[in-house]
Amino acid sequence: MLSRTADQLYWMARYIERAENIARLLDVTWQMSLVPQTTDVANRSWLAALNCNGMAQAYLDRHGAVDGAKVLHFLAFDELNASSIYNCLRAARENAHAVRGTLTQEMWETVNSTWLEMAQRAARPLSEVDHGEFFEWVKRRSSLSRGVTFGTMLHDEAFHFIRLGTHLERADNTARLLDVKYHLLAAGLTSGGAGDYYQWGALLRSVSAFEIYRRVYRDVMTPTRVAELLILRDDMPRSLRTCLEAVDAALNKIANRHSAETIRRAGQLHAELRYGRIEDIFADGLHHFLTRFTERISDLGNRIGQDFLLPSLL
Amino acid sequence: MMNSAFYDEMTQATGEPRPHYREYCKWLKETAAERLARKQAEADLTFRRLGITFAVYGEEAGTERLIPFDLLPRIIPAQEWKALAEGLRQRVRALNLFIHDIYHNQDILKAGLIPPEQILKNAQYRPEMQGVDVPEGIYTHIAGVDVVRAGAGEFFVLEDNLRVPSGVSYMLEDRKMMMRLFPELFARHKIAPVEHYPDMLLDNLRSCAPKGVSDPTVVVMTPGSYNSAYFEHAFLAQQMGVELVEGRDLFVRDDAVYMRTTQGPQRVDVIYRRIDDDFLDPLAFRQDSMLGVPGLLSVYRAGRVTLANAIGAGVADDKSIYPYVPEMIRFYLGEEPLLNNVPTWMCRKPDDLAYVLDHLPELVVKETHGAGGYGMLVGPAASKDEIARFRELLIAHPTQYIAQPTLALSTCPIFVESGIAPRHIDLRPFVLSGKEIKMVPGGLTRVALREGSLVVNSSQGGGTKDTWVLEE
Repeated sequence: MLSRTADQLYWMARYIERAENIARLLDVTWQMSLVPQTTDVANRSWLAALNCNGMAQAYLDRHGAVDGAKVLHFLAFDELNASSIYNCLRAARENAHAVRGTLTQEMWETVNSTWLEMAQRAARPLSEVDHGEFFEWVKRRSSLSRGVTFGTMLHDEAFHFIRLGTHLERADNTARLLDVKYHLLAAGLTSGGAGDYYQWGALLRSVSAFEIYRRVYRDVMTPTRVAELLILRDDMPRSLRTCLEAVDAALNKIANRHSAETIRRAGQLHAELRYGRIEDIFADGLHHFLTRFTERISDLGNRIGQDFLLPSLL
Repeated sequence: MMNSAFYDEMTQATGEPRPHYREYCKWLKETAAERLARKQAEADLTFRRLGITFAVYGEEAGTERLIPFDLLPRIIPAQEWKALAEGLRQRVRALNLFIHDIYHNQDILKAGLIPPEQILKNAQYRPEMQGVDVPEGIYTHIAGVDVVRAGAGEFFVLEDNLRVPSGVSYMLEDRKMMMRLFPELFARHKIAPVEHYPDMLLDNLRSCAPKGVSDPTVVVMTPGSYNSAYFEHAFLAQQMGVELVEGRDLFVRDDAVYMRTTQGPQRVDVIYRRIDDDFLDPLAFRQDSMLGVPGLLSVYRAGRVTLANAIGAGVADDKSIYPYVPEMIRFYLGEEPLLNNVPTWMCRKPDDLAYVLDHLPELVVKETHGAGGYGMLVGPAASKDEIARFRELLIAHPTQYIAQPTLALSTCPIFVESGIAPRHIDLRPFVLSGKEIKMVPGGLTRVALREGSLVVNSSQGGGTKDTWVLEE
C-alpha cells in the first residue's frame, strides 16, 4: 500500500478518535458545570479540559479569562482552533477524501456525511446549540465510523493502519484525561465528599466506564481503583493496556524491514502494562507515570511516521 | 412543447414519440409527476452524500459542486449505435496512426496534406517523442470523442479528446442511479450494460505494458484531491483495484519507476495518468510542476514504463488539427470517413479570418488549445460587447482560434419544475485502444440545462443523463 495512503488512513482514524474524545471530555465537564459549585471550581474544570488537549495557552491568548461557554465553543466549533471537534472532523474528511478509493463506500459516506452535518451544525447560532445532543451526536458518528470500518472493510493493511491510528490516539487521550482529572481531584481542590463523588463519576463517565467500575469493583470509588481500571485492565476498552494491545497487534501485522525497533518499543510498553501493578505505579507517582506514558506514545507516533508513512522514505 | 427547429431525440415532428422511445413514453405517462420530483430529490441527495462532485476552477478553493443529473434517459437505438461505433473505431484508428506517423516518418507531412508548421510549431507537439516506440504503437489508449447530432439527425464529431478525457465515472454512476431509482424501466427495456467499463479499461492498460512484463502493475495518477476530476480518478482506481498515486508517491531509480509503499519501493509498469504532459516531469517539461515525477520521461522513452495516454498525443486533438481528420482517415486507412466533421474556418488563414470576422454573430469561435468550454464564443447567444472582445482577440491572435457554424444541436427532454422540457445535448463515447479498439455501448450524455444554451460542459453548468443503447 502507498505510504501516503497509509498516512492518510492513520490520520483519518486519529482525527475521528480525537473528535470523540474531545466530545467526551466536554460532555462531562459541561455536566459537572451544572452541579452547584463555586465559580473558581467550575473554572478550574474548564481549564483542566483545555489543559487536557494542550490548548490552554492558545485559548487564553484568544479569550483572556476562562469562561465555560467560550471554552465549549473554542473546543467544539471554533474554526480557528486547529484542534476543535469541527476541525478534527474536517481533517478526518479531508484525509478520507484523499484515499476514498481505499475506503469502502459505506466508510466514505459515513465520514463525508459526518463532516457535511458538522458544517451545517457549526453554521447555526450558538444559542440554538443543544450541547448534550451535540456531544452525543459526535460520539455516535464516531461509533458509526468504527462500526462501518469493522463491518465493511477487508482486514488488510489499510485496516491495520486505521486501527493503529485509533488506538494510539485513544491511549494518548485516556492518559491525558486521567492525568488532568486526577490532579484536579488529588490536589483537593474540589469540595470533598459528595463533590468528589461527582468528579470521579464524571471522569469515569467520560470514558464510558461508570457502570463498568461498579460492575468490576462493586465498591466505592477510590483513586487507586479508577487509575487501575483506566490503566491496567485488559477488559476495559479504553484502558491504556487495551489500547497498547491493539497498537502492538496492528504493528506486528504491518511490519516492514525498518520497523523492528518500533515494534520492540510498542511491545515493551504493552508488556509493562500487562504485567504492571497499580501499587508500583502509585509508588513512583501517577503523574510521573502518565507523563512518561504520553511521551512514549508520542515517540511511537514519530517512529511510525518514519518507518511507514513519510514519503521521503525510500 | 417541442421546438421544431431542432431534431428531438424523443419526439418526431408529428408529435409522436420516436419508435425507440415509445415504451418509455408510455411509462412516463403512467408515472405521476410527484413521483418523478421525489426521485429527483432522492438522486440529488444521494449524489451529495456519496460525494460525487467536481471542483470548479476560479471559485473558492475546494468548492465542490454536484453535476446535475437528469432523470430522463437519452435512448439510442441499436442500429444507430452500431453505425456510430463503426465511425468512432475508424476515426480513433486513424488518429492513432497519425500520431505514430508524426513521431516517426511524418509521411502525411511529406505528402503535403498538412502544412508541417501546423504540427511542428504546435504547443502539443512533443519533440521528445520523435523516434520513440511506444508499446503496441498505441498513443490514444482512452479517447473521449464528443459527438453531436444536428440538422435532420446526422452525427457530427465536435472534438477528439485524446489527452485526459473525463466523464466516464458519471456515465457509470448515472446508470447505477437509474437502476436504483427506476428498476422497472430496466425490466421494460433491453438496455446494453456499461458496468464492465473498468474491467475493460484495466484489461486495455495491461495489454499495453512494456515488453517482457507478464504481470504488470497498473496505477492511476492524479494531480490530487483538489483537481476538478478527482472523484473520477479515485473512482476508477477503486473500480480497477489499483493504487491511486500522486506524483510525490512515485520516484525514478535505475531507469525504472517505483511507488513508495509501506513495504518499500514497488515497481510500476503502466501509469494511467490524469495529468497533462506539461506537469509529468519537472526535469523535462514545466520545472515548477509539483505534481510530476523527476526523470519519468527518460524511463518512458527507454520503454520501461507505459503512459496512457502517450506523451504528445495532444498533437492530434488540437482544434487546429481537427479539420484534417477526414484527410487522415483517407490517407492512413484508404477509407471514406463514416462520421462527419463540422466545417471549420481556420482563423490563421486570412480568407477564413475575414469570413469569420464578418459573420461573428452566427458562429461559434473556439481557442485551438481550449477545453472545458472555457474561452469560447457562441455568436448567437453573445452580447455585443462579447462579440467586440472576440473580434479584437481574433485580430490579435488569429492562429489561436477556429470558428464553426452554430450547429442546431439535437434536443432531449429533461425533467423541470413545470414538467418536461427540451434541452440541447451531446454525447461522449469512451473509446479504448489497445490490441483492439473497444468501447461500452453509449457514453456520457451531457445536457445544457439552461433553456436555449448550447454549452454542455459541466464547468459551465451542464448536467448529465443516463444513456441507453437498446439491444436488438
